[in-house]
Amino acid sequence: MDLILDIATWVLLLAGSILLIITGFGLLRLPDLYTRIHAGGMADTLATFLIFVGLSLQSGLSLVSVKLLLVIVFIFFTSPTASYALAQAGFVAGLKPKLDGFGAREQPKEDA
Amino acid sequence: MLKTISLFLVLMAVWLLLSGHYTPLITGFGVASCLLSALIAYRMDVIDHESHPIYLGPRIIFYWGWLFGEIFKANVDVAKCVLFPKQFLRPSLFTVTASQKSDLGRVIYANSITLTPGTVTVDLDDDQIMVHSLTEDSADGVKSGDMDRRVTQVMKET
Repeated sequence: MDLILDIATWVLLLAGSILLIITGFGLLRLPDLYTRIHAGGMADTLATFLIFVGLSLQSGLSLVSVKLLLVIVFIFFTSPTASYALAQAGFVAGLKPKLDGFGAREQPKEDA
Repeated sequence: MLKTISLFLVLMAVWLLLSGHYTPLITGFGVASCLLSALIAYRMDVIDHESHPIYLGPRIIFYWGWLFGEIFKANVDVAKCVLFPKQFLRPSLFTVTASQKSDLGRVIYANSITLTPGTVTVDLDDDQIMVHSLTEDSADGVKSGDMDRRVTQVMKET
C-alpha cells in the first residue's frame, strides 16, 4: 500500500514538475506579454494542483492534507485575479498584442 | 442575521481545520475570535450576497468539477503550443457577451475564462468581455458559449 502511494506521489510530482518546466520554457519562448501570461497560467493551475495533491497523498488523512487542499482552493481563487490584473495593466498601458492573421480583424478600435 | 450565523459557522469550521490544537483554552480563543469577527462584520454591514455567496450551494461544486476538466484539457493544449509554437500559436483578441445579470456571475465567468490556460480576460466592461486567446481551439472554446451557459445556470434563482 505504501509502495502504491509512493509511486502515485512520484507520478504526480513528476507530471507537475514537467508542466513547470514547460511553463518556464514558454515564458522565454512565446513572443509577447499576453501570450506569456497563458504560459504562466499552467503553473497556476494544473502544475500546482498535481504537486499539492501528490504531497497530500504523503500526509494521508490528516489536518496537513486539509491545509494543502485549502492552499489549492485559495490559489485557484486568487491566481486568475492576478493574471487579469497583469493583462489589464498591459492593455490599459496601450501594449498591443501580436496577432498573426487569425482574428486580426477583430482588433479593438480604441487607442489607449 | 442568518448570514451572520452562517459566517460564524464557516469561520469556525476553517479555524478548526487549520488549528490542530484542541485544548480548552486555545479552542476558547478560537470561538471568541470567530464571534468577534462575525460581530464586527455584522456591525459594519459588509455581509451581503456577494461577500457570502453560500446560496450557490451544490451547483457551484458541480461547476467546479466541470471547470477542472476544462482546465486539464486547456493545460495540455497550452503545453503543446509552447513546445510547437509554429504549428499551434495563433493569438487572437475578441469580445464575447456575458449573459449573466449580476456582477458576481460576470466575475465568476471572467475568472473562469482566465483560470483556463489559453484564454485570459483582458477587459470587462458591463457585459462585454474582451478575451485574449493563445490558440484557435481555445478561442473557439470560449466563443461556443458553453461556459457562459453553465455559469448562468449556476447563478439562476438568485
